[in-house]
Amino acid sequence: MADIQEKIAKLFPDATFEQGDTLLVNIPDEKWHNLARTLRDDADLSFDFLVTIVGMDWKETLGCIYYLTSTRNNAKISVKVTTADRSNPMLHSISDLWAIAGIFEREVYDYFGIVFIGNPDMRRLFLSIDWKGYPLRKDYDESPETNPVPTDNERQSDYTDTYVELEDGKVEKRETRVFEADDFVVNIGPQHPATHGVLRFRTAVDGETIKKIDVYMGYIHRGIEKICEKLTYPQTLHFMDRLDYFSAHPYHHCLCMTIEQAAGIEISRRAQVIRVLMDELSRIASHCLFMGTFCMDLGATTMLFYTLRVREQILDIMEKTCGARMTFNYECIGGVMQDLHPDFVSDVKALLAVIPKNIKEYNQIFTGNIIAKNRMEGVGVLSREDAISWAVTGPSGRASGWACDVRKTDPYSIYGELEFDEVIRHEGDSMARFKVRLDEITQSARIIEQLIDNIPDGEYCVKVPKVLKLPVGHWFRKVEGCRGTFGIFLESDGATSPYRLKIVPPSLPAAAVVDHITSGNKIADLITIGGSLDYIVPDMDR
Amino acid sequence: MFDFSLLTNWIHELLSSFMPEWLTVTTECVLIGVCLLLAYALLALFYIWFERKVCAAFQCRLGPNRVGPMGLLQSFADMFKILIKELISLKHTDKFLFALAPYLVILASMLAFAVLPWGNGLQIINFNIGIFFLIAVSSIGVLGILLAGWSSNNKFTLIGALRSGSQMVSYELSIGLSVITMVCLAGSMSVTEIVAKQQDLWFIFSGHIPAIIAFIIYLIAGTAETNRGPFDLPEAESELTAGYHTEYSGIHFGFFYLAEYLNLFIVAGVATLLFFGGWMPLHFPGWDAFNHVMDYIPSVVWFIGKAVALSFVIIWFKWTFPRLRIDQMLSLEWKYLLPINLFNLVLMVLVIVYGLHF
Repeated sequence: MADIQEKIAKLFPDATFEQGDTLLVNIPDEKWHNLARTLRDDADLSFDFLVTIVGMDWKETLGCIYYLTSTRNNAKISVKVTTADRSNPMLHSISDLWAIAGIFEREVYDYFGIVFIGNPDMRRLFLSIDWKGYPLRKDYDESPETNPVPTDNERQSDYTDTYVELEDGKVEKRETRVFEADDFVVNIGPQHPATHGVLRFRTAVDGETIKKIDVYMGYIHRGIEKICEKLTYPQTLHFMDRLDYFSAHPYHHCLCMTIEQAAGIEISRRAQVIRVLMDELSRIASHCLFMGTFCMDLGATTMLFYTLRVREQILDIMEKTCGARMTFNYECIGGVMQDLHPDFVSDVKALLAVIPKNIKEYNQIFTGNIIAKNRMEGVGVLSREDAISWAVTGPSGRASGWACDVRKTDPYSIYGELEFDEVIRHEGDSMARFKVRLDEITQSARIIEQLIDNIPDGEYCVKVPKVLKLPVGHWFRKVEGCRGTFGIFLESDGATSPYRLKIVPPSLPAAAVVDHITSGNKIADLITIGGSLDYIVPDMDR
Repeated sequence: MFDFSLLTNWIHELLSSFMPEWLTVTTECVLIGVCLLLAYALLALFYIWFERKVCAAFQCRLGPNRVGPMGLLQSFADMFKILIKELISLKHTDKFLFALAPYLVILASMLAFAVLPWGNGLQIINFNIGIFFLIAVSSIGVLGILLAGWSSNNKFTLIGALRSGSQMVSYELSIGLSVITMVCLAGSMSVTEIVAKQQDLWFIFSGHIPAIIAFIIYLIAGTAETNRGPFDLPEAESELTAGYHTEYSGIHFGFFYLAEYLNLFIVAGVATLLFFGGWMPLHFPGWDAFNHVMDYIPSVVWFIGKAVALSFVIIWFKWTFPRLRIDQMLSLEWKYLLPINLFNLVLMVLVIVYGLHF
């Protein structure tokens, strides 16, 4: 870490440094693009993975914190860039360096109104085109009169803005078309069977061939990050169930860990084991559902019922212990809400007994099928470099040969002690993404097997102060969600509710990359690729 | 074996005994029309129930089981629901063509219905180019689908219609060629004669290798002709919501729905006619006792039984295979099925010329 700091200090004398859970570099905006290029391209640094961009409002200044990771040596760094101009804030874009930055910057623009110079597509990402104000700014006018509930159709625009810096330093706003004037644009979504929720693809097609896709998000945007700023820490937990609602446990786990780390709470071993068991059970359930819906998208409806059989069994186990089948709200600060059900161990053992049989059946009915092979092999190839540049994590990233499993790279909870393999494939196509998930079911079952007979005794929840106040500071934690790396950025000003709580969902990059890997393919391939990336809309929209 | 022509002749004589000839013909036409419509509706309802039960069995479910015994009345209830639903009229559509399209689709399958050999002497039109007529009228259906997709003024339906057009035009080639292969073996295009030729042995047995190849190709192409999975691209619900009939409601949608199931029956019925002896019972030369026992089963039961068994196979396809992509579907036809088919036709001719068939 010290080498990195020295190196940056030598190249950029303006930079100042802060030590936290990662090294934080402060850099003025003019130097930022150069620093970003150095961080990415320098052989010693090679921070090639942009984890997220956290937009922030520090009252006097607006700005962003960029979280970067090196996929080579797993080093981490964060960079803070600020601007004092609140009426017309502008920062330089890094969308030419990391492909996913374009989408992340649009999100920051949507929430904070910071314009990124050089980003080719400066539209709002989630909120409607006529929204007044920037909701995550601290001086945002929340009265319902500012943004009344619209009764007309939402206004649409075929144009997007680009801000270009001219040679004399002035910034000019230019309007460009999203599609070409005579494109045949088919509107896939927001109500469409294959978008897995209310997501909209504006698809320019030439016959059956796709030319360009404009991903249109925000139909299920609930402003969870904004709501969380008004709630106490224990209250914020409930929203984690509503992001990736197919597999809520890992998300809950992440926020609990972040708050516990900030508050310095040590939880019991029993609670750790229960949390990991629940994470892995939901991973199996989530991958089963993925396979079912994916096969249904390809037209093999019968497979759905075979995979739901296993998922139902897991949901029954969850129901007995957590009291719910979807939004569990089970993990809490200090441990878990209630102890395991007496039947838990025997139920899980019954589940483990049927999993190998079911996987054999899935391979028989679908993976080996000639039509399925033709539909999936070589379709939607995502190279390792692109996967990193687009920040496509989770099983989809691992199918492209990128070892991005947080359980291995930054072991949290008790994952460091467990034996399991990280499933990696190198083809990068839809078939690889499918097979990675199939194999991960086996690995999750392996983890559960190791733990199920060794659940230690002890308290399931430690005592936590009734009114929880976190010290001043900021924290960033990641877990391996079922669909990829899920992160929580938490900034506290010492009060009972978070100053800023930023959620880093895995589904946002997965949806953003669709355009990149579908252009030139057929309409039917869009369904295959979208299905195999396994994004989930409430997760990306938040 | 009971000859149904006795019954039809008796009706004809009875009517003509007290009616002038023109009135007799008119009355008979009306009677046949009513019977046809009735059979059409009943068969479609049966098929809807049948497919739901079969697919439920494949998917470890029960299927409809509340309305009537074993859910038998479920499809009646569904049909009444469709009948009383509103016909939504859309703005910016071509009103006339939009309304015409479902009737064209249903007309095509009704006409094809007329030449099927239902039983011994039970056939609506019997003329010497029956098979040719069948191929000709079944092509009208694609016109209805194209019109439906185009007149809806919707991008999804248009893509669905174009897919359907390219699919049907392509696969009609395969159907035609495999039918010609079997016509060669029969030596006639008349439906009655084709059935009569199979008195001793069904064509699938007597024509051995080329007949089996033709049957497999016919089954694949027939599945594609009916727009059923794995060839259900024109209405691929996960890609095009419902393809060419997205904008239809009420009974107009019901017509498409009925026609799909009836086409399934027609494809299976024609396969029965060409390969499995039509209404002819299972006979083997020399097995006199066996043949005699088989004759006790009525001819109508033979025909419908065989057709339902074949449609079970086609339903089985749908609930097992994923969907093909448009380019894969076209290359399957043009690169594989068509050359094999042409080769098979030559093979069949050689088999006939050298008398290698049974």
